[in-house]
Amino acid sequence: MANDFSGFLPAIPMIRIGDDGKAFIMGSHCRNCGETVPGERMACASCGKRETIEPVRLGTKGTLYNYTIVHRSYPGVKVPFVSAIVDLEGGGSLRGTLAEVEPDPAQLPWNMPVNVVFRDSGQTNPEGKPFVSYLFVPAQGEA
Amino acid sequence: MSEDVYIIGIDMIPFGRYPQRTVAQLGAEAALLALQDCGLTIQDMQALYCGNQMRAFGMVGQQILHEIGETGIPVVNTANACASGGTAFREGYIAVKGGIYDLVLAMGTEQLGKGLLGAASGGRTDGFVEEGTIGSMTTPAMFSQVGMEHQRKYGTKFEQFAKIAVKNHHHSTFNPKAMSRRETPLEEVMAAEMISYPNTKLMCSINVDGAAAAIIASERKVRQLGLMGRAIRVRASEMTSNPYTPRQDAIVDFNLVTRNCANAAYERAGVGPQDLHLVELHDCFATAEMVHYENLGLCGEGEAGRLIDTGFTAIGGKIPVNLSGGLLSKGHPLGATGIANIYEISLHLRGEAGARQVENARIGLTHVVGGMTGMGSSCVVHILEKA
Ligand SMILES: [Zn+2]
Repeated sequence: MANDFSGFLPAIPMIRIGDDGKAFIMGSHCRNCGETVPGERMACASCGKRETIEPVRLGTKGTLYNYTIVHRSYPGVKVPFVSAIVDLEGGGSLRGTLAEVEPDPAQLPWNMPVNVVFRDSGQTNPEGKPFVSYLFVPAQGEA
Repeated sequence: MSEDVYIIGIDMIPFGRYPQRTVAQLGAEAALLALQDCGLTIQDMQALYCGNQMRAFGMVGQQILHEIGETGIPVVNTANACASGGTAFREGYIAVKGGIYDLVLAMGTEQLGKGLLGAASGGRTDGFVEEGTIGSMTTPAMFSQVGMEHQRKYGTKFEQFAKIAVKNHHHSTFNPKAMSRRETPLEEVMAAEMISYPNTKLMCSINVDGAAAAIIASERKVRQLGLMGRAIRVRASEMTSNPYTPRQDAIVDFNLVTRNCANAAYERAGVGPQDLHLVELHDCFATAEMVHYENLGLCGEGEAGRLIDTGFTAIGGKIPVNLSGGLLSKGHPLGATGIANIYEISLHLRGEAGARQVENARIGLTHVVGGMTGMGSSCVVHILEKA
């Protein structure tokens, strides 16, 4: 099954794989100030309260807040690609690669709707275990 | 109210590439130049504050004393990304302001290779390369997004960002200590290799080797030494770290951290942006200089593009910015940058800036801000005045 990532390694710690094999992004929500951020925290980064912070699954729909088109990167990294910042529905903003779109400012309208999708990254650890990562893709044709 | 704090000696080595020298030797050279500038010796120094980023484990300050005199004084090594030198200066300032010492040496030194800083692995050893898969963590990508946010808000044009590079490269032709001293017409800047849209290669700061040093003194000591004539009064020395911003995990904040720092400095000094005669700000990329016009209050929100269009920040303008050539053309040796900025302002306040001298300059501001997404940011602002 394409969405079963059982046995995969999360590419970064905030990516989690549920018992059902589905990948998601773990975030934190603060009941005191209402902020939602990626990753788990010991206390709220915004208001500093410890008792009001709780883990939440971040959303998988969002809009393009910001981007750059990377033409020069480290040796071995395929360019060009779009490095984007996406504001998620339900709170939290993520950095990621925006795929399935021309790396051209004319094709990248502000606030374009995008989905967060989880994919086999094609990379493995030294023991050959695959990493699951996420990508942004345009949410074309969706309401 | 404690007494004022002054700079009495300051200098930098020409920024460039010194593959045959060590980072400590470069620092030692700058330290000796600064001591010579005020006629003192290392034996007169009561403490050393040394900024360096890339050899943060190397006790670079002690290595410098190994070159110029192991006097046994306290040495504080500071690593704070691009604010490392500014941090060192501020630590020295605090110690003198607090009455602990009368004379300290504050400096920065750095050696950098060519090309992008960092590596694809990002230090990971489990085989996963984040770069390209989870966006980009290169500094050009980060600061290009800083510019794109400005474009998103105000419609700022690629050409306007490019004009900042044209201006700073022009300024560098008057600075014999700048790495690149070459005019770059707008067409050339815009047609240069695109590194990360909208920053082309000529809109990125140059990785260079460099060192700069300053002698900080208490008011009592300046008078005792009879050095008030060329002294520079430190009106404000402020520092901030990244405050919470909602997108901090996607891109670390360089804007609010700068605003908070600048506002604190203006308040401390009792002056406003309108009182400044010149500014050296952190133009690690052309896009960064654009947003810092607004962050430092040189203009209102959304007016930065007009500032560069009208020559307000160019040599001869109302508030010239980065007359040294800035990081874009003077070069950006991370740990030395924060002291080199103070050197440039000091030259003007002393009336010793030669062909690029701002006439009757009395008050100047320096700004450095550094950081990385996933780490944090640090900002240091100084307001300096002719004594
Ligand atoms: Zn909170």
